[in-house]
Amino acid sequence: MQVTVNGEATELAADTTVADLVTAHSGGHDRVAVALNGDVVPRSSWPATRLSPGDALEVLAPTAGG
Amino acid sequence: MTTQDLAPALAREEAGDPFALGGETFTSRLLLGTGGVPSLETLEAAVRASGTQLVTVALRRVEASSSASMLEVLDRCGVRLLPNTAGCRTAREAVLTAQLAREAFGTDWVKLEVIGDEHTLLPDGVELLDAAEQLVADGFTVLAYTTDDPILGRRLADAGCAAVMPLGSPIGSGLGIRNPHNIALLREGVDVPVVLDAGIGTASDAALAMELGCDAVLLASAVTRARDPERMALAMRQAVEGGRQALRAGRIPRRWHAEASTSFEGLPDL
Repeated sequence: MQVTVNGEATELAADTTVADLVTAHSGGHDRVAVALNGDVVPRSSWPATRLSPGDALEVLAPTAGG
Repeated sequence: MTTQDLAPALAREEAGDPFALGGETFTSRLLLGTGGVPSLETLEAAVRASGTQLVTVALRRVEASSSASMLEVLDRCGVRLLPNTAGCRTAREAVLTAQLAREAFGTDWVKLEVIGDEHTLLPDGVELLDAAEQLVADGFTVLAYTTDDPILGRRLADAGCAAVMPLGSPIGSGLGIRNPHNIALLREGVDVPVVLDAGIGTASDAALAMELGCDAVLLASAVTRARDPERMALAMRQAVEGGRQALRAGRIPRRWHAEASTSFEGLPDL
C-alpha cells in the first residue's frame, strides 16, 4: 500500500503498524512523536495502530530551536 | 577571569533569589534557546557558562532533525527541556505540535509560539490566545511567546498561561527592547512570571529586561550566533544577575538637572 511519510510517497507492506514505521524511520532517535492524518498517535498505541492506504504520517524528532 | 572562576560566585548569588515558574523553582533566570548553535561542543560550553536550567528545543521531521547527541549533551548538562511550537501559523498547528512534543519529550511544558508571517515572525495574537486556551484546558504548562502588548499579555495570563513572554523586538533581530514602557506596563498588569523573549542583541539588553521587572530572559541567537558563544553566555548570565540586583536595589529617580554628589559646603574661595 502507498502512504505518505514526511511528505514523501512511500510503499509499505499491507500490515505495517506505526511501531514498524517508527523503527524504520527513527534515525537513531528515541524521543520521537508520530502524527497520523493530523492526530497524535500516543506511543502506547504504536504497536496496535495499523496503517491504511493513503494515510499521511509525520515522524518527528527533536532538533535545535529557540 | 574565566567562566569557571566566575560560575560559583554567580551560582551563589542566583541561589539566594530563586523564581517560581509552573510550580517549579529555578535559580537561574536565564533561559537558553539552542537554535543557531554551530556545534555540540559550543552548545555544551554555552549552556554551562550561562548557568541555565531551562533550554528550548524544537520538533522537526526526523530526517531534518539534529543528531540524537544534542539531547545527550543537554541531558548531561542537567537542564530541563522546554519544547517550542516554532513555525506554527495557526492554533490548530500549535496545539498539535505541543501534543506531539509532549509525546516526544515526556513533558507538558511548552513554549507556545504562533507566528503571523515568516518575514517578521511576529506572534499572531488571535491564534495565540486560542491555542493557549486549548492547551491550558488540555493540562499543559503554557509559556506564551507574545508581543509587547500589555492587554494581550493580560489576556494570556487570564487564560491560565504559566508565564507571559513578550518580545523585545523580532526574533533574531538583535534590536533589543524597542518599547521598554510596554514591557514595564505588561509586567505591572499580570501576576504570572514575565520572561523577555526575543530580540536580545547584547548583555545590556538582558540587563534592561531585568531592570524593567521581568522575572527572566530567554535568548538564543545573541549567544549561539555570537563570535564567542561561551563568553557571550557568561556575559548574559552576569547581565541578568546585574539587572535583577539593580531592580531589587532600586534605581534613583531621573532628574532634569544635575545634583552634586559632592557637597558645596566648605568649598574654598580660590
